[in-house]
Amino acid sequence: MVDATSGNLSASGDLPPSGLWRLSGRVAWQLLPWVLPVLLILLWHGAAISGHLNRSVLPGPLDVVDVTISLVNRGQLQHHILVSLQRVALGFALGAVTGLALGIIVGLSIAARQIADLTVQMVRTVPHLALVPLMIFWFGIGEEPRILLVALGVVFSVYINTVSGIRSVDPKLVEMGRSYGLSKAELIWSIILPGALQQILTGIRYALGVAWLTLVVAETIASREGLGFLAQDARELLRLDVIVLVILIYAVAGWLADFLTRLVEARLLSWHPSYSQQGSRT
Amino acid sequence: MSGAIVNVRHLARSFGGKRVLDGIDLDVGAGEFVSLIGASGVGKSTLLKIVAGLDQPTSGTLRIHKPGKPAEVRMMFQEDRLLPWRTVLGNVILGTKGHEADGVDILCAIGLGGRENEYPSVLSGGQRQRTALARALLHQPDLLLLDEPFGALDALTRAAMQELLSSLLRESPRTVLLVTHDVEEALLLSDRVIVMRSGKIARSLSLPGPRPRARGDAELARLKEELISSLLHDEGAPAPSNAARLERALQPHD
Repeated sequence: MVDATSGNLSASGDLPPSGLWRLSGRVAWQLLPWVLPVLLILLWHGAAISGHLNRSVLPGPLDVVDVTISLVNRGQLQHHILVSLQRVALGFALGAVTGLALGIIVGLSIAARQIADLTVQMVRTVPHLALVPLMIFWFGIGEEPRILLVALGVVFSVYINTVSGIRSVDPKLVEMGRSYGLSKAELIWSIILPGALQQILTGIRYALGVAWLTLVVAETIASREGLGFLAQDARELLRLDVIVLVILIYAVAGWLADFLTRLVEARLLSWHPSYSQQGSRT
Repeated sequence: MSGAIVNVRHLARSFGGKRVLDGIDLDVGAGEFVSLIGASGVGKSTLLKIVAGLDQPTSGTLRIHKPGKPAEVRMMFQEDRLLPWRTVLGNVILGTKGHEADGVDILCAIGLGGRENEYPSVLSGGQRQRTALARALLHQPDLLLLDEPFGALDALTRAAMQELLSSLLRESPRTVLLVTHDVEEALLLSDRVIVMRSGKIARSLSLPGPRPRARGDAELARLKEELISSLLHDEGAPAPSNAARLERALQPHD
């Protein structure tokens, strides 16, 4: 009896004593995804200062930090980032709104689908980057071709996911809505769009990735501003540190875009059991 | 008695040449509780959908009316059909402008007070179905249509839901049309049981006395046995050719 009790006591003594332990556990969990990137950078730094890394092939992290500081001091980096962000935002907004509108119309109306879907599916299979020469021929090297290219890269994944999201809405819920006297507009707003939302957001997340990819290509060709120009210019001047900096900025921007859409998802889909749990854990 | 009056005349409905409903005549009085029973595919649910306005008859007429004002019809389905992205209260007041207070009242009446702001995904099957019942009963519909509303629930929850429905109807009577596979449920809850057979009304059985009836009643048990054996006859045993085919399919291959 006594042994069993003391055994129990020592067992409970092994457990975390207070909320502090649990809090530090949660912080560690939050930091876990950052361990690998930090480790990689440290490895990179170690290779650079130990001389294992040929600086004319790949500059070290400190070189990149140096060039970042000097570019920021000259006000160039902010300017190029801002220009690129503007292009991505404009192109993405244009493509997403078009894709969403087209997707909603085609998703809701069988007639619209019959008219438009075949054409959209055909145009979709053309790689949008193949249009770069044509765009430059039409619009010269102004802003339009870049923004249009980004929009073209975005529009189809938003369109396809919107259409299939609307199609996959449970017809029983729509029937229920009709039997409760909802108008067509109320049906769309209260049942069809919320039901399709999860897939629309998946399309938007994918489209953000395509938008950045398109921008890199579009800015590398015939541009005097933006991150792509910065990298292209650096290549001509053999500034490897700048090229690596631009690549890192693209990586961070891509991660940031994904992070933001996840936040939006967690908020808009808070009713969804898997999303509400995910939101609290990650 | 309050509630709508339903008049159905020579109603027929065909799907691709097949007559699912074939000359239905049915009158339901104000405040009457009528159950439709029958084997699968005899057209019970089709008839209910037409009354709900979710389907159009091929021929015949349907009239739902109430002295003084247009009759309000509400339907409850076998699945709860709650919108997962709306809270319990948001589901109950669907299609009405505002009326949160009424929604809270009816949720309290069905025993879900305090759960207004939860999402359906955290509710049990019985709670979800009660939420669906609350949605159907909001604003006192004149005609309540129930399409196997408790069919997917376990026996105990089903009995509790039947009790709940009866007590709510006792407090505020209205016309009810119930489609069910459960003969006992039909006998317990309704004033009249209608047996359907291949798109027609085969039998109309008026039940005496006030509802709901006692579960153990001997006369009820006798009626139940009689109705079930006649329904079994309709459903039919598997045809010999099918049985042989089944046997072949179950045999191990060489």
